[in-house]
Amino acid sequence: MSGLGTVYKKEVSENLRDRRSLFNSVLLGPILFPILFIGLAYFAGSKQQERAEKTLEVPVVGAEHAPNLINYLEQQGVVIQTAPEDPEASVKSQEVQVIIRIPGQFTEQWKAGEPAVIEVIADPSRRESDIPMRRVKGLLNSYGARIGQLRLQLRGVSPTLSSPVMVKDVDLSTPQSRGMLVMIMLPYVLMITAFTGGMHLAIDSTAGEKERKSLEPLLINPVPRWQVMLGKMSATATYAFASLVLTLVAFRFAFPLLPTGALGVDLNLSAEAMGGILLAVGPVVILAAAMLTTLAALAKSLREAQSYMGLVFMIPMIPSLIFMVNPMKAETWMMTIPMFSQNLLIGEFVRGESVNLLWLAMSMGSTLLIGLGFVAVAATLFNRPRLVFSS
Amino acid sequence: MIKVSNLHKSFGKIKAVRGISFEVRDGEITGLLGPNGAGKTTTLRMLYSLLPPDEGEIRIDGLDPTKDAMAIKHTLGVVPDSRGLYTRMSARENIAYYGKLHGMSGKDINTRIAELVDTLDMGDFIERRTEGFSQGQRVKVAIARAMVHTPQTVMLDEPSNGLDVMSTRALRRYILGLKNDGHSVILSTHIMQEVAALCDRIVIIAKGRIAADGTAEELLQRSGCDTLEDAFVQLIGSEEGLLA
Repeated sequence: MSGLGTVYKKEVSENLRDRRSLFNSVLLGPILFPILFIGLAYFAGSKQQERAEKTLEVPVVGAEHAPNLINYLEQQGVVIQTAPEDPEASVKSQEVQVIIRIPGQFTEQWKAGEPAVIEVIADPSRRESDIPMRRVKGLLNSYGARIGQLRLQLRGVSPTLSSPVMVKDVDLSTPQSRGMLVMIMLPYVLMITAFTGGMHLAIDSTAGEKERKSLEPLLINPVPRWQVMLGKMSATATYAFASLVLTLVAFRFAFPLLPTGALGVDLNLSAEAMGGILLAVGPVVILAAAMLTTLAALAKSLREAQSYMGLVFMIPMIPSLIFMVNPMKAETWMMTIPMFSQNLLIGEFVRGESVNLLWLAMSMGSTLLIGLGFVAVAATLFNRPRLVFSS
Repeated sequence: MIKVSNLHKSFGKIKAVRGISFEVRDGEITGLLGPNGAGKTTTLRMLYSLLPPDEGEIRIDGLDPTKDAMAIKHTLGVVPDSRGLYTRMSARENIAYYGKLHGMSGKDINTRIAELVDTLDMGDFIERRTEGFSQGQRVKVAIARAMVHTPQTVMLDEPSNGLDVMSTRALRRYILGLKNDGHSVILSTHIMQEVAALCDRIVIIAKGRIAADGTAEELLQRSGCDTLEDAFVQLIGSEEGLLA
């Protein structure tokens, strides 16, 4: 086993000397991701606030049919504008975000005591029109409720009769659990780091060594090839783990800088949460190192290896994307899926909840098992005579 | 002591080596001479157990590379065709890395490197990173790296490739020194001068087969030629790929 240790030490120290790649692979993530996070959070927060507080300017079609409603809206601070010729088209082309249309029969319906139709024209699939649309609907609904109450009062009926049910929200989400942006992004960033941290070393020490023709003389030494492979793989895992720790520490310092007021979120990474996350993601580091070493051993050249690495970026993305599109409740069987289970577990740790230890063990165990599978594949690849030859 | 009998190796449809047999004795330099692509490097790769032979038998000091690869590797010093030094490491670190892979202690490695620096005249660049080394410096480091564990059998694949006259002379002196110390040396080359200057026995390989085998005089006699050059051309059957 001393051969393994010798290869490991050499790879770790030799790659420390490559300052630029060290910076790119190990340090860039821990610096870049938190900055990106804080920036995004500020941007999103300020945009949201801006849209919520901005004076609402709404074009109204057929304002003459409902002068009282228009008065009410103006009292609420809405600036009424004259409507464009073709309201639908101008909403579609995003000239205006929302338009109110009061049809001609409004007055008749109103007088007859029937529900009078008011149309709100908007495109909810445009995220930026979401807030103005909701504000307009809110104002119209409250106008409707007020008139309804007045009508009942005129007829001597208590307005409370018309609200047989009152829904009251009992909010159980802790401030932490509301940090959706962080909840989705943090697991993804950590998974990516587990892959990128060791990526350069994996490529350089296998495909690169093949290309520079130093692999052949290396393998003439009396060290079994699986030891050479494990030495390189352990060095890859060490770099990835270092990058992961640095990223977590960086986030710990970055979270207090997030604009909590804007997001309504107060997040922090306790030492326990960090320890838990490292424990959960640790097996991913090993899985990643084994996958990278396998790919690098398959590749005939540095360039080929680098082109495989694009694919590697996709792997940790898949579970995060699934989770983003379809947030689901964590269940026990999910803990057997590598990277997906870590996604869920990181969420639990950040939320500050106590994590089911069985889940943690299952997640670690299954990920390690698949990682060991890749280790075996890499060892087999290293034993092929073909490994040495670049073409 | 190396014994090779009836060695075969194919890569797909290409038959690189088809029936090679020869012997390398201790205290002798044996030259594998042949044009480029004759199968010299493939033969050497089978000897240092990088490639398994399809057919045939190899014995190095009585050991079989397909079964006792680790034991044989301890007794082998190989300077392969590809020197492959680590450019981010100094010459000393390159050599020490191989010493450690051979299980040597730090102290033994240092003593041995001091000897090698002396014999190979590496004092000027031993502490420098190998980035930007000249061909001659690179070959010296590659040789020192291969010799760090004082192997009995030494294999050199085209050692004088890309060297200038001075470096070539130094290299030849060193190889002769190895022979005098009782090592068995096997040298592959396509340069006739080198064979004439160094080798006790010559094995001529062409198209994966042995074309002739013997001392320089025996080869001259057999071919009926006056010079080695003519003898080689006659024995190989063409002038293709040989360098005077």
